[in-house]
Amino acid sequence: MPVICKEEGRGLRALVEGELDHHGARAVMEALDRGIDAARPRELTLDLKGLSFTDSSGIAVLLRAHRRMSQVQGGLRVVNTPAQADKVFQAAGLGRIIQFE
Amino acid sequence: MKVENHVTLEFPSRSANEGFIRTAAACFAAQLDPTLEEVNDIKTAVSEAVTNAIVHAYPDTLGKIAVKLRIRENHTLEIVVKDWGVGIADIDQARTPLFTTGSEERSGMGFTIMESFMDTLKVRSAPGKGTTVTMARKIARRAGR
Repeated sequence: MPVICKEEGRGLRALVEGELDHHGARAVMEALDRGIDAARPRELTLDLKGLSFTDSSGIAVLLRAHRRMSQVQGGLRVVNTPAQADKVFQAAGLGRIIQFE
Repeated sequence: MKVENHVTLEFPSRSANEGFIRTAAACFAAQLDPTLEEVNDIKTAVSEAVTNAIVHAYPDTLGKIAVKLRIRENHTLEIVVKDWGVGIADIDQARTPLFTTGSEERSGMGFTIMESFMDTLKVRSAPGKGTTVTMARKIARRAGR
């Protein structure tokens, strides 16, 4: 479950690729934590273009990223969400908490 | 309702099996000629049910999980996920959105996802004996096929 973090100015862009489930969720969370701790970004952009599958583990990953970014007074936006992932996130009502573009 | 085809998968409660089992369910469902969205809904629901069994049924040990996939005569896929683990004391509480006894990787939305992605969901459980989750999804017959 690769996560690629790239610093872009004062922001951080993280690409999450492959299938995200309970088996791989912890590694994704830890990779995002490391990226946030290292860059202290004003904004984290989670790019989900390469996310081929997620279950509710993805909800936990997004909520944690949202919480971590709030702690460092930063924002989170989620971009390029595939249809399958979007259906899971919207079933959980994440659109009320997290900015999807 | 008659069962037209079925398969049973048995595996130990290792999280590495989650991906294989949901993919196997999607492959089995292919004979009903589902749309991509229907396949994804099935994969997602299976992933939730199997993950629940892996995380909650056997918290400190490895145990057996069985997934039965059945095609019923009215073009319906039935999925049964059974474990012989610790069981659920309060099923209504377990099905409440955001309720979880799991660690931070869990969102407490597993049953909510299963309910919204499948037509029916039944949970039977007894503490100390295990849990059986039965869910079904009717696959629409598409014109011209």
